[in-house]
Amino acid sequence: MEIPYTVTARPDTGLWNAKVGIWLFLASEVMLFGGLFSAYVFLRLDANPGEWPHGLLNVPVGTMNTAILIASSVTVVLAWAALKMRRYRAYWWYMLVTILCGVIFLVVKLAYEWPQKFEHFGAFIKPDKLEKYEQYLGNHHLAERGLAPRLEISGHLENKEAINDPNAKEYEIAMDPVNADPTNPNMDRPHFLYVPHTEKIAKIEKEDVERISSFGPWHSAYFASYFTITGLHGAHVLGGVLVFIYMWLPVSKRLYKRNPEHLANRVEVAGLFWHFVDLVWIFVFPLFYLL
Amino acid sequence: MNEHEEMVAADGHAAPDDHAAHNVAKHVRKYLLVGATLITFTAITVFLSYVNFGTMKANVAVAMLVATFKAALVAAIFMHLSNEKRLIYRILVFTAFFVLGLFFLTYLAWYDPVTR
Repeated sequence: MEIPYTVTARPDTGLWNAKVGIWLFLASEVMLFGGLFSAYVFLRLDANPGEWPHGLLNVPVGTMNTAILIASSVTVVLAWAALKMRRYRAYWWYMLVTILCGVIFLVVKLAYEWPQKFEHFGAFIKPDKLEKYEQYLGNHHLAERGLAPRLEISGHLENKEAINDPNAKEYEIAMDPVNADPTNPNMDRPHFLYVPHTEKIAKIEKEDVERISSFGPWHSAYFASYFTITGLHGAHVLGGVLVFIYMWLPVSKRLYKRNPEHLANRVEVAGLFWHFVDLVWIFVFPLFYLL
Repeated sequence: MNEHEEMVAADGHAAPDDHAAHNVAKHVRKYLLVGATLITFTAITVFLSYVNFGTMKANVAVAMLVATFKAALVAAIFMHLSNEKRLIYRILVFTAFFVLGLFFLTYLAWYDPVTR
């Protein structure tokens, strides 16, 4: 059966069918991400002072990934333009670059950014014990400056086994710079460059700790929304890459030879999806990495 | 014979009409320019996030303003929304209505006339 209106406009809509289809799909995508972003707004505005963390993600890496995604948006639109001009070689190269950009984005996320978080621990101190750890929290200093308090000591957990060991009395954390030098005015605001944890060890009694965990989705409302939204976004990047690979393989060259405009329209529709994924990232990046 | 016609001949296909192909060729520069603008504004967003605008709320507002500008560029140029058929705009009006409703629900969560 011949699929109707793949290249010619349907008289009543004035559009070829896939164009209408992808926009209806993107409308539903707006609702999907809209729900998650409104949950983000809710969780963030409802957080008590000091509960919403800042500067926990690697900003240079995030900036690089943003640039990669933007570059891939440019190459996919150039790929489409090349097809419109019937330049298949150019199309093939632009598509390859787009696919590689998507793959790099995913590799950075899955092989570098996420695993790093699972190796990083934070211990929330019980509210009545915060004073005891003032030397690591610097809350008097922060209060003087009108800044939100620190409720957590984070870094590399030296004795991971202590979490499940009932006989262990304390946690040993090689602290992040914010806790190692909490009254340094440099630590009042997040940094651009990612600074690894120091060698300075804090010994925290287990009974003073409200909860301790790695920086996974279970850690806090911030990380729950971070992993949910970047996870769903990453799934979209993966989906886009798979579709682009199909359009780049020889099977699509056959369609090109039969009906080049049909392939151009397919690429346009997949491109629209890809631009939407880029557009979502444009909001994800400042909300999670920068603010 | 210019490069474009050469490619058409080499592929053995004529463009749907030469006029359309030339229009696309004209747009290519625009796409590159928009890409460069987007990357520049990414750098600007990063820079502005380290400027203290007084309150965190002000910083968020500035960042969202820049992000909205970038998103509008992507939608208008890359997604061709600056020049699209009426049906697409109609779909988007519905979408905007419902997504604003969604965020309004979040606002309602704080609206408590009894205790506030």
